[in-house]
Amino acid sequence: MELSGAEIIAQFLKDEDVEYLFGYPGGAVLHIYDALMRADSVKHILVRHEQAATHAADGYARSTGRTGVALVTSGPGMTNAVTGIATAYLDSIPLVVLTGQVPTAVIGSDAFQEVDSVGISRPCVKHNFLVKDVKDLAETLKKAFYVASTGRPGPVVVDIPKNITDPNIKVPYTYLPSIEMRSYNPVTKGHPFQIKKALELMLNAKKPVFYTGGGVVLSNASASLRSLVQRLNFPITSTLMGLGAYASSDEQFLGMLGMHGTYEANMAMHDTDVLIAVGARFDDRVTGHLEKFCPDAKIIHIDIDPSSISKTVQVDVPIVGDVDDVLTTMLEILKETASSANDSVVKDEPALKDWWKQIKQWRKKNCLRYNKKTKTIKPQFVIEKLHEITKGDAYVTSDVGQHQMFAAQYYGFDEPRRWVNSGGLGTMGFGLPAAMGVQLAHPDKPVACVTGEGSIQMNIQELATCMQYQLPIKIINLNNRFLGMVRQWQEFFYEGRYAMSYMDSIPDFVKLAESYGHVGMQIDKTSDVEDALKEAFAMKDKLVFIDFITNREENVYPMIAAGKGQHEMELAPDSELV
Amino acid sequence: MRHIISILLENESGALSRVAGLFSARAYNIESLTVAPTEDPSLSRMTLVTSGSAEIIEQITKQLNKLIDVVKLNDLNVSQVQHIEREMMLIKVKAPVSARDEIMRLSDIFRGNIIDVTDDAYTVELTGTSDKLNAFIASFDCDSILETVRSGVMGIARGSSALHL
Ligand SMILES: Cc1cc2nc3c(=O)[nH]c(=O)nc-3n(C[C@H](O)[C@H](O)[C@H](O)COP(=O)(O)OP(=O)(O)OC[C@H]3O[C@@H](n4cnc5c(N)ncnc54)[C@H](O)[C@@H]3O)c2cc1C
Ligand SMILES: Cc1ncc(C[n+]2csc(CCOP(=O)(O)OP(=O)(O)O)c2C)c(N)n1
Repeated sequence: MELSGAEIIAQFLKDEDVEYLFGYPGGAVLHIYDALMRADSVKHILVRHEQAATHAADGYARSTGRTGVALVTSGPGMTNAVTGIATAYLDSIPLVVLTGQVPTAVIGSDAFQEVDSVGISRPCVKHNFLVKDVKDLAETLKKAFYVASTGRPGPVVVDIPKNITDPNIKVPYTYLPSIEMRSYNPVTKGHPFQIKKALELMLNAKKPVFYTGGGVVLSNASASLRSLVQRLNFPITSTLMGLGAYASSDEQFLGMLGMHGTYEANMAMHDTDVLIAVGARFDDRVTGHLEKFCPDAKIIHIDIDPSSISKTVQVDVPIVGDVDDVLTTMLEILKETASSANDSVVKDEPALKDWWKQIKQWRKKNCLRYNKKTKTIKPQFVIEKLHEITKGDAYVTSDVGQHQMFAAQYYGFDEPRRWVNSGGLGTMGFGLPAAMGVQLAHPDKPVACVTGEGSIQMNIQELATCMQYQLPIKIINLNNRFLGMVRQWQEFFYEGRYAMSYMDSIPDFVKLAESYGHVGMQIDKTSDVEDALKEAFAMKDKLVFIDFITNREENVYPMIAAGKGQHEMELAPDSELV
Repeated sequence: MRHIISILLENESGALSRVAGLFSARAYNIESLTVAPTEDPSLSRMTLVTSGSAEIIEQITKQLNKLIDVVKLNDLNVSQVQHIEREMMLIKVKAPVSARDEIMRLSDIFRGNIIDVTDDAYTVELTGTSDKLNAFIASFDCDSILETVRSGVMGIARGSSALHL
């Protein structure tokens, strides 16, 4: 088959089984758009800002496990996409971003809409390519998908000069179903000796705890994790990125750990003697002060990326490998050692019993309690009701701030890939476009975007995209008239000087939603929350923007302040806990 | 501690900037860096000299390995490996008549070659460890040195063990 570069792109995306392409046109990609239109190969979603194209592709990827794909033009199109690329990079999300570029002959001449896309994106991609010859295009595209989706996933940029897509230059095209690269061979199988050593340590533990993260979700290892944790009857906590991989409603789950984690999770981390870290990267929001981190623990760490291991915390038993592969091997070994599936395999059963007793003691603090009887709406209450009305079955995206923490703490995710948020980069403006990708991938599922009046305004223009493609997202705006998370830090650490953290001139969100053709509601009484949510979710084919006027100076608790250890959490003041 | 890291790199445009970018983005030290194609023109060989604690060096090698363009890598300063390192220097010094004998003597002692001679300057070519080159420089007073250019360190393991595909 002889195709032009532009036609190769259209055909390749079809051959690669790409379902959606999120993009925005411009001069450098016009040949590609023309070919896409004529080939009718993938569904193209026209966003209203290139940042949204990358976030939407990212939301699609997070909620499906497949690679998200975006297409943007050169120069400003590319720079607008950078925030989305970096967001995906820090959370290890597989994305392929095709960026237009000026023709090869004028690269380097400050041509119209020229930026060094490879240079700009280099520090925030897993890899990037500049295509210099149309004959290399198909293979480069294949490499891009291969690199993005294997090993530790991540975004890959393919920069495509306009002449490479020239409709008049045709070259032979064949689709390569797979590809090898001599310089890229990610390890997936864990070392058997290390796995045995880790199991030995686990079975002899007195106060073990699983600390699991985004890697479990990325590895699709939810089932093997559940089996192993239940087989051992160990407690488990998860990072913000791993929520849902283990069911929150299960008795063994201690809740999220870290800066805004639960009392029992952080105390268990502090007191544990054997920490089993699974697909988690010892982020500073989790460890708190490094010298006070898990002082008595032997640490096992399962991660596919060797550079995640012993990066900030030295570990005792490293296992480089895919989580699902390693956990499955552990389960097989346990099966061989125990005579029956119900036999206890741990060596010190009484110690484990005492450990659970201690954990129950910590649980009694009920650290997520809050006053439910206030007239003004508590954000926590909205999230709890959201869970109730969606029966815990919604896909929830969020922006960044207090509302994000409330969603993480109070929704209670029981399944992986239901919780879609920007953890590593903490990108305000992520929630709505990500929800578009999620809704497209799961047209029959309820999708809620939990946001704040600050964050939602960072990509509010996407309400138009939602109208164009009839995406019935439910926007849960927890409107505290503050950049709440910033205000909280100013209250705690700057003696309450609220520099620029208030929101003035907030739009009328109801009218705003209506002007885009959607439904808007404003709710300001606790007693109306439930009905509003019911009404909104009953409108199955409509986007509903619910503006919840919430308690202005609500704080997120528990909180580990900077420089503090895991056991030095600050809990909500008693006055709050009625 | 100082470490010499040998790297086989895809000979692609941009590969060098990925390595350099990694070092600046992660605030690692680079003492020197040399790179040139190998007998296989699709590969470049890079020698990178860096320093840091054992933990930092471990991260550096892991992060380098993670770069897609890095095909293979060796830390020459691990206990199992013995290695040879060499650096080349061209140094141009003032050569008034009164100083010429001394320059030639020094050059001989350090096994250098005088490769360019003019009325008022000599250029010496010298190969050896970085310490040796430093010692040669130190034997001149600053005023008499007109210019120095150094290749940066190249390293190779002793014996038959080799960094190749
Ligand atoms: C306002 C705000 C507050 C926050 N507060 C908290 C908090 O209280 N608690 C908290 O936990 N986080 C919090 N975060 C998030 C935090 O910044 C980090 O993003 C998060 O802790 C990292 O999660 P993770 O360790 O699971 O790593 P991820 O970023 O999810 O990394 C995944 C790890 O798994 C590995 N991996 C990937 N695929 C595989 C595979 N197939 N097999 C094996 N390993 C694999 C990767 O190499 C990587 O090491 C907060 C963020 C924001 C914005
Ligand atoms: C793009 C971007 N800019 C700035 C920040 C810093 N920041 C973190 S949380 C926050 C406030 C968010 O306010 P809002 O969306 O109203 O949510 P709330 O905290 O009030 O729930 C800010 C400004 C960020 N995370 N992202």
